[in-house]
Amino acid sequence: MILASTVRRILSQLRHDPRTIAMIIVVPTLLITLIYFMYEGQPRVFDRIALTMLGVFPFIVMFLITSIAMLRERTTGTLERLFTTPVGKLDLLFGYGIAFGVAATAQAAVASGFAYWVLDMHTAGGVGLVILIAVANAVLGVALGLLCSAFARTEFQAVQFMPLVVAPQLLLCGLFVPRDDMAGWLQAISNVLPMSYSVEALTEVGMHTEPTGIMWRDLTVVVGAIVVALILGAATLRRRTA
Amino acid sequence: MQTAIEVRDLVVRRGARAVLDGFSCAIPQGSVTGLLGPSGSGKTTLMRAIVGVQIVASGTVTVLGHPAGSVPLRRSIGYLTQAPSVYADLTVAENARYFASLYRLRPADADAAVEAVGLTGARHQLVADLSGGQRSRASLACAIVSRPEVLILDEPTVGQDPVLRDELWDHFRRLAADGATVLVSSHVMDEANRCDRLLLIREGTLIADDTPAAVKRSAGTDDLDQAFLTLIRQRKGVTA
Ligand SMILES: Nc1ncnc2c1ncn2[C@@H]1O[C@H](COP(=O)(O)OP(=O)(O)OP(=O)(O)O)[C@@H](O)[C@H]1O
Ligand SMILES: [Mg+2]
Repeated sequence: MILASTVRRILSQLRHDPRTIAMIIVVPTLLITLIYFMYEGQPRVFDRIALTMLGVFPFIVMFLITSIAMLRERTTGTLERLFTTPVGKLDLLFGYGIAFGVAATAQAAVASGFAYWVLDMHTAGGVGLVILIAVANAVLGVALGLLCSAFARTEFQAVQFMPLVVAPQLLLCGLFVPRDDMAGWLQAISNVLPMSYSVEALTEVGMHTEPTGIMWRDLTVVVGAIVVALILGAATLRRRTA
Repeated sequence: MQTAIEVRDLVVRRGARAVLDGFSCAIPQGSVTGLLGPSGSGKTTLMRAIVGVQIVASGTVTVLGHPAGSVPLRRSIGYLTQAPSVYADLTVAENARYFASLYRLRPADADAAVEAVGLTGARHQLVADLSGGQRSRASLACAIVSRPEVLILDEPTVGQDPVLRDELWDHFRRLAADGATVLVSSHVMDEANRCDRLLLIREGTLIADDTPAAVKRSAGTDDLDQAFLTLIRQRKGVTA
């Protein structure tokens, strides 16, 4: 009940901000179009990179939006006030997770639809799995954003967390250098970064018509990372502050 | 009269200093109590301790028989922060309805709270587009929406015109008459005159806890402003 109205409240906030909605929906599609023209005449390369990007964009966007939104709750005093009401920490965390998860689903659906049907992207597996993995990745972004916002005091600091959290995951996920070709220590780092698993899961969908065991395992790892980030996020939400 | 809020030997450190240092007071149920004191004296800190969002070093705060901030209190307390804490990207009505929903109340209850603060005409406006005074009232609406038994209001009338101030005070008095315990911080002395009791705080210590009439009497003046200055200076003389 409180969770449902919190989801509704966050979505209403989003609804009053049409420019942000437009960015959420349009930007990934534009970037994938850009990739399409970069690799014109190399459809196999485009397929691989666009597929990966369908998982990466929602992560980045949702990470940013969530960390700023949560930071605002802290700095405007609404969080302090909420903590004097019957709201539970989980209502808030899941509220953001669900609300932005809904936004991410719309984003992933539009971007994937565009990539498949306008830019003629090909994968062996189905579009539904691609969207599923993209949404899981977006929710991972939400969960990490909630967590990181606890360590930022200003919006400037919050934005700086993006390169810190996103860049290593993007560089080491296997998109630029296959993970098997990396130096051992890089591979070890890559192994503990959740995005490596979502990218691997997407690659599996790209290569196999049926969902594979590796894909399900990777998806489980991503969901596990979401749960861990949410638990850590709950631990950083303190009713009492100095 | 029954005690609604009891603060005993409260010590709060913020930064390096003890902002409240062994603070004790008792606030009776069904009354309007004014919390007065110079800027930086610890009013907001005391209120934060009462609503249970302030880390305290030692001492106890009991509200309606429960430790401050405990779960059963979260349905019975309303808190207005000093700076308006509402969602700027929601309308007045959406804000009030969200806070109402946290107590399982209906949208009609939210609209009543918006009405009580005189914002019915602006209820579909985004909070970001409101004037400063309107924004504080939007925040106030969210604090009173649940008709709480204990209402902690940190400078609720700042930036309001005299007519509105008068209406808001009538509202607080009505809530107290219905049994609510209202604690209001203020810098405005003619408001202090409308309180049942006054708590006068200076540098984290209580220097008066009495009715407005008794405060004036003990300072030997008819003017609350003057009484306030006298009491604060007296204490300064003692501690210096
Ligand atoms: N977050 C904080 N960290 C460190 N010190 C703080 C913090 N907030 C307030 N203080 C200090 O605590 C003291 C009391 O602050 P408080 O906000 O309770 O005063 P106040 O009586 O409400 O003042 P005002 O009338 O200006 O609102 C001040 O000296 C202030 O500098
Ligand atoms: Mg204050």
